[in-house]
Amino acid sequence: MAAICKARVLLLVAAIVFGGGLCTIAPAFGQEPIRIGAFLSVTGPAAFLGDPEQKTLEMYVERINASGGVLGRKLQLVVYDDGGDADKARTFTKRLIEQDKVDIIVGGSTTGTTMAAVPLVEQAQVPLVSLAGAVVIVEPTKKWVFKTPHTDRMACEKVFADMRERKLTKLALISGAGGFDKSMRAECLKVAGKYGVDIVADESYGAADTDMTAQLTKIKGTAGVQAVLNAGFGQGPAIVTKNYKQLGLTMPLYQSHGVASKEFIKLAGDAAEGVRLPAAALLVADILPDNDAQKPVVVAYKRDYEAKYKSDVSTFGGHAYDGLMIAVDAVKLAGGTDKAKLRDAIENTRGYVGTGGVVNMSSTDHMGLDLSAFWMLEVRKGGWVIVKPRAI
Amino acid sequence: MDSQWTQFLAGGLTAGSVYALVALGFSIIFNASRVINFAQGEFVMIGGMSAVSLVATAVPLPIAIAGAIVIASVVGLLLEKLAVERAPHADVVTLIIITIGASIFLRGLAQLVWDKGIHPLPAFSGDRPIALLGATIVPQSLWVFGAMVVIVAVLSWFFGRTLLGKAMLATSHNRLAAQLVGIDVAKVLFASFGLAGALGAIAGVLIAPITFTSYDVGVMLGLKGFAAAMLGGLGSFAGAIVGGLVLGLLESLSAGYISSAYKDVVAFLIMLVVLFFRPRGILGALQSIRV
Repeated sequence: MAAICKARVLLLVAAIVFGGGLCTIAPAFGQEPIRIGAFLSVTGPAAFLGDPEQKTLEMYVERINASGGVLGRKLQLVVYDDGGDADKARTFTKRLIEQDKVDIIVGGSTTGTTMAAVPLVEQAQVPLVSLAGAVVIVEPTKKWVFKTPHTDRMACEKVFADMRERKLTKLALISGAGGFDKSMRAECLKVAGKYGVDIVADESYGAADTDMTAQLTKIKGTAGVQAVLNAGFGQGPAIVTKNYKQLGLTMPLYQSHGVASKEFIKLAGDAAEGVRLPAAALLVADILPDNDAQKPVVVAYKRDYEAKYKSDVSTFGGHAYDGLMIAVDAVKLAGGTDKAKLRDAIENTRGYVGTGGVVNMSSTDHMGLDLSAFWMLEVRKGGWVIVKPRAI
Repeated sequence: MDSQWTQFLAGGLTAGSVYALVALGFSIIFNASRVINFAQGEFVMIGGMSAVSLVATAVPLPIAIAGAIVIASVVGLLLEKLAVERAPHADVVTLIIITIGASIFLRGLAQLVWDKGIHPLPAFSGDRPIALLGATIVPQSLWVFGAMVVIVAVLSWFFGRTLLGKAMLATSHNRLAAQLVGIDVAKVLFASFGLAGALGAIAGVLIAPITFTSYDVGVMLGLKGFAAAMLGGLGSFAGAIVGGLVLGLLESLSAGYISSAYKDVVAFLIMLVVLFFRPRGILGALQSIRV
């Protein structure tokens, strides 16, 4: 381990010089290792995605190797840091395929980096399990591409389903200018009709905006608004929530899964009371009902991650956990690392219980999650409460 | 007046007051050196982040605020001493590039000293909204307005009544003449960085409870403050305040009445138009008459 760390320091220097991170956990001995490649956005604007993902992959590869590896073979993890840059992601994917000759790729962290790698893996016929959110990655279905996280469309659907239960139909949308925000807004507009939801206002704010009272005042002045959905990410939604309270708006406010973290409650403070949002099980590991299938998985992952890295677990790290485990299960099922067999094995993933939900893939569904992957949460007394268990 | 109009007005004035404070910092350094200090936004960030971390160590809020202002002024003074003063014969463009470098450096340093997260600062007097002429505003907005009025009063006393203030004003009007009558121009420059740092920190502390703070808030606030200074007339204190308030109001009103998507576009477009017809800014010409 000490040798690895020393090597890592050297590689860090190399990373600084060459502008890309590289970290290899090499197998100690034995048969040909199973090579798992990853290109993640460990630094840069999407570091909050890539950083926990890398930590998760490293931790579990180490653990699996410590307990004897897979099929008697050790795992070898090769991670490159693309810094959130699609061009670099492309270069690193090429390197993973041609130079490192990996058996399977896990990554990228963002939709942009993933889509840059898609043509390469399709051509080289290497299975790729993406950790990014958008629907475009698996729709239309691409033969060699899979993904673990839930999509923004599912988040919209979850919110709309909850609105239907509360008999609310007129929704005002407010969204930021970021990629996540825009993508979610578009998906929400697309599926609103299916749930009988009318979008009566559609406001937006800039990435660095610090005051949304103008937009919310317009929503306040729009006739018939029954609920407000904020598709956003980062500090924007917390400011929207505070402004919402300031203006005395009382209709239900929904936030997206993009702010499903304790950080949001901390930032928005009292104003967050009563806000609802869809979130993955990992966030509420502690309060899941004991008979829930996901409970043991998410509790164990949360415990292991927080014990090792002394920082709060995030759903993004969970996506990496799912990606790695799906890959490992596929190797077991395929009985080796023949790429075509591996691909078929991933596609045949059934009933895999992960941090993101219960995964059932098929030839037409390369994500394998349904709305049950999301929980509708409400902020009460500064904490999360599950609105209704396992409603679809 | 309908309530929407007053709400937009209140939002615009709050944001505008902060822009005005940042713009004042730009003007003070510009007057002393003809340099546009692009690290002004970073002073705002340092003010906000210092206050947050002081509060986190259980320091009472007023002391944390005072501490944050001191920290930012010291950073301003150090910037002058270690970077600007080291290039005594550099031309203005070189000095501006030095400040750009300093802003990138300070932003990087903030990521190391603090973190990349977003942090809230407790409001000075609670979060309960106040209804005013049909609009609802948070008490912190009143603090922002109030602080700006007080600062304007203090600054006009400083520049009108104190020796250092008068020296700074004299330097801004004619550097050579000031030097000839015995004003230590180097000292004036040094003091102006400290003052700009303090002003930036005050803006940062005032706005943090409303908009939160993080290592990169300085980028946008610095840009808006610079725009406000240009709009009002770079180097004019009255212009900085007018420019800030006008920019804040334009943003808020265009978001409300035109489209929130084009908020920044409208504000900057009007700024361009003003500069096209009045290249010295709204109050730029007035100042030259006064001189």
